[in-house]
Amino acid sequence: MIYFNNVTKRYNDNTSLEDVTIAIAPGEFVSIVGHSGAGKTTLTKLILAEESPSEGTVFFESVDIHKLSNRELTNLRRKIGVVFQDFRLLPNKTAYENIAFAMEASGKTDDQIAEDVPHVLDLVDLSHRAGHFPRQLSGGEKQRLAIARAIITQPELIIADEPTGNLDPVNTNEVVNILKKINDLGTTILLTTHNRSVIDQIKKRVITLENGRVIRDDKDGKYVI
Amino acid sequence: MALIYTKRIIRSGYRNFRRSGFTSLASILIMTITLFVITSLIFVHAALTASLSDIREKVDVTAYFVPGAPENNIMDIKSGLEKIPEVREITYTSQEEALSLFRERHADDYLTLQGLDLLSENPLGASLNIKAKDPSQYESIAKYFDTNSALSRNNLSIIDKVDYHQNKVVIDRLTSIINGAERLGFVLAFALILISIVITFSTIRLIIYMAREEINVMRLVGAGSRYVRGPFIVSGILVGVSAALITAILFFPVSIWLGNQMTDFVGLNLFSYYKANFLQLFIIMLGSGVIIGSISSIFAINRYLRK
Repeated sequence: MIYFNNVTKRYNDNTSLEDVTIAIAPGEFVSIVGHSGAGKTTLTKLILAEESPSEGTVFFESVDIHKLSNRELTNLRRKIGVVFQDFRLLPNKTAYENIAFAMEASGKTDDQIAEDVPHVLDLVDLSHRAGHFPRQLSGGEKQRLAIARAIITQPELIIADEPTGNLDPVNTNEVVNILKKINDLGTTILLTTHNRSVIDQIKKRVITLENGRVIRDDKDGKYVI
Repeated sequence: MALIYTKRIIRSGYRNFRRSGFTSLASILIMTITLFVITSLIFVHAALTASLSDIREKVDVTAYFVPGAPENNIMDIKSGLEKIPEVREITYTSQEEALSLFRERHADDYLTLQGLDLLSENPLGASLNIKAKDPSQYESIAKYFDTNSALSRNNLSIIDKVDYHQNKVVIDRLTSIINGAERLGFVLAFALILISIVITFSTIRLIIYMAREEINVMRLVGAGSRYVRGPFIVSGILVGVSAALITAILFFPVSIWLGNQMTDFVGLNLFSYYKANFLQLFIIMLGSGVIIGSISSIFAINRYLRK
């Protein structure tokens, strides 16, 4: 589904990723671990085409992501749900509208939106918060909202960049459980983290990055650095 | 489909505008200042035009004829003058009219009137009062008197004097002041409008700069460029509309006050002017507000919509 072919990314003189080759199959739950600055976030930015690689190519379903036009890129992003460490919710929209936005943007009808959004809100246990703005929500609630937004369009892939970074253990546990549930329903998940307990809880494939290089790729994950 | 998008864009733009409270207020304030400047300049222009035409009305050239100059000769001159394209209006004052005007003016001056009665014939000559279309054209009209041969009777001029030469200095100075005021007014207006547009533009740019992270998120969630841009343009338009309404309302007390203070000085009651031209002025405010608001938003946001 995703294929990194000898990808190198440099920011000025700093090499963030060096000669990375990874293949991720549909339905996989892949965790990417490494210290801060190991290149985890750069990896996710390359998949979303927020950044372009300095060398090499990134494929999404055999399409070179960085050769897409603006319009094609928009269509690609509709197939990917994103969850960030800092949530990145739209501050002027309520919880309900934040989720509805992704559907509105992809041109779903009002009826579909009215049907799906409450369902997803319920899934992440935020029904009672539908009319609240992000600033009125706790960290855990914000992250659950972000996940709800990511899954509402039923994407083929969900990228979760340190989704538990700002959360306490209870909320972390909850987020990981939601992600596992989504994966069980068939969605590919790419998770980056430096949280040992998260990895040990998931027990799936783990790719370890260090200084921009892949140093381990284990089928049944353990956190080893 | 396009209809659904348009509806959503308008709704989302309206919500953003309403919910960003302070930010919207700040941009409305700046936009109001801009519209205030533009409208004030229209007022200044109207006042300037009114007082200048008032002054122009007072400038004229009068040709005085010697007493006893035959009326048909004078009429020949009048019809000759009427052929000059620069002439706007000619008034003929006959000897008798001149006399009665003189009597009227000196009604309290018993001695002068008595002296006048002693004279057996009317000592006052007839006169032609000429108004030009533009103050700079008096010179060519005055020249007509110098060169035209129909003016003489037996080689003796029937013209006593043309007061242009006395007025020339005043007229010349006035002409250059009027031209200068118009030129300066135009440059000043242009500069002021430009400055306030630039300030508004920068404010809106700053507001969109603050929202750049939001724009980025919208794109990552799969919103197309048009769908991201739309609500910002709607907000920009709403800022323009609100500012136009505020400016229109503000100008009522302002023009009433100016009308009370300056009508004598300017020769135009600005409140009546505002009332008479309200629709036109409001359309200008609304149009400027909407155009500045939307164009600023488009320019500002396009920076963040490139890949």
